[in-house]
Amino acid sequence: MKAAPWIAGLAGLLLAGAASAGTPDGATIARQGNGRGVAPCAACHNADGGGQPAAGFPRLAGLPSAYLLKQLDDFAHGTRRNATMQPVAAGLSQDERAALAAYYSKLPVPAMSTTPVTDPRQEALGERLATRGRWSHGLPGCGQCHGPGGVGVGGHFPPLAGQSAVYIANQLHAWQKGMRRNDPLQLMQAVAGKLDEADIAAVSAWYAAQPVAGGQQP
Amino acid sequence: MTPVFAKPGRQLAAASVLLMLLAGCGRDGQPAPPAAPVSAASAAASASSSTRQAKAAPKAIAFTPPPDSAIPDDDFGKQVELGRKIFLEPDKYAAAWVGNHLSCENCHLDAGRLANAAPMWGAWPMYPAYRSKNRHVNTFAERLQGCFRFSMNGKAPPAGDPVLVALESYAYWLSQGAPVGKALPGRGYPKLPRPAQAPDYARGETVFKRDCALCHGADGQGQRVAGRTVFPPLWGPGSFNWGAGMHQVNNAAGFIKANMPLGRGDTLSDQDAWDVAYFMDAHERPQDPRYEGSVQATRAKYHDTPQSLYGTVVNGTLLGQGTGTAR
Repeated sequence: MKAAPWIAGLAGLLLAGAASAGTPDGATIARQGNGRGVAPCAACHNADGGGQPAAGFPRLAGLPSAYLLKQLDDFAHGTRRNATMQPVAAGLSQDERAALAAYYSKLPVPAMSTTPVTDPRQEALGERLATRGRWSHGLPGCGQCHGPGGVGVGGHFPPLAGQSAVYIANQLHAWQKGMRRNDPLQLMQAVAGKLDEADIAAVSAWYAAQPVAGGQQP
Repeated sequence: MTPVFAKPGRQLAAASVLLMLLAGCGRDGQPAPPAAPVSAASAAASASSSTRQAKAAPKAIAFTPPPDSAIPDDDFGKQVELGRKIFLEPDKYAAAWVGNHLSCENCHLDAGRLANAAPMWGAWPMYPAYRSKNRHVNTFAERLQGCFRFSMNGKAPPAGDPVLVALESYAYWLSQGAPVGKALPGRGYPKLPRPAQAPDYARGETVFKRDCALCHGADGQGQRVAGRTVFPPLWGPGSFNWGAGMHQVNNAAGFIKANMPLGRGDTLSDQDAWDVAYFMDAHERPQDPRYEGSVQATRAKYHDTPQSLYGTVVNGTLLGQGTGTAR
């Protein structure tokens, strides 16, 4: 196949041409918005994709592309409800959502400060729920799906480490209240329904205290 | 009981309550509340088409093992704690004896504490016992050896090995207060009634894709992250071998019905549980270590039951030819 390099080169040129003509660029949308009313993602999720912990804006950097794309789709379709994100996702084209999911999944995980848990009883409860669950109530440990230390598993179980306590608690409440019902097999709705307020506070604080290796390539 | 159970429209509440009843209701180690919501449990039983739930719903609350925090701080307690660690991470703490990256906890949920997930407190008090599997009276230690040889696809630690001592200590300690020789409700896996339709590969595959592949993967090989098995492989070289109890369709169906998907046990229909158990057990896995020179001879000697697909032909393939091993 002597012609192969030549053909590949031509194909590359054609693809590059197509990219400049119409394929959306995730980095550009993240920094500048999409020019059709969608604000830059970085305004809330930070330039490095690390989010704003205190405000509950989640880290996006290094999350699985499939997970990010599903969330954008689900915001657009209303199975994940959020006053800020629903219009944003609905204002993005399908190609733009895919480009953003790919862009953020490839961003290195930023160095993040963790917040230690100060109350040892709360820390013990959080660790217990995260690692062991409460099977007397049919509750699995978070890590049984989200992986050891909440590092995330595959495209369906996102990392919990490197997310803030505010964000994690907000999501657990959203699962409980039905504001979020885009979980496969209703796994999270089942889990969240077995947690009380003290549980949510403890497990959220525990994950926010877990170390995340900054600069880690996803 | 948390107030969320009372929320209207929460589909899982009834099943959760039933699970609570089976598991003994209390948070780890705390006594179970006496006013058990029996009406909710019978609602769950009648809402489900399963007759098993109605039969199996125990009148008495199942046994509650002591909490980990009660492990004594002495030489005995050290063995209990070591046993607990082996139970959770056998490939780390009993590496010499295992041939895969499964954990005891994959089949014995909540570190061997959970009712209807073959809890240790349901097993330990029932040994020594005659087992038709090997046609003699087995001590509990010999039963543990079987786990290593078959489920862990490894080698049996010799009698008195520190690994067995620690695991025996852990199982004994979990059984504190359980009556010796009495089959407690919640021991083993539930025995499902015979399915309306004979278990079927194609229907099982549909269930697998719908309810199992999310975690165990479309290829059934599970998922490992950061050196830990998060979702175990269900067949293939990294799974339990053809000698393990889980390779029998009835055992797998009972386990799956009560415990899968994780955290949503008792939501599959009995038929779905049978079908998907059949589908899982109709895949190739490591050879039975008792291999007798041919698949036919091995089936005749060790697998002469309709519950074993070893040595049978499914979809044109003879099962029982074995795979390599994972480590």
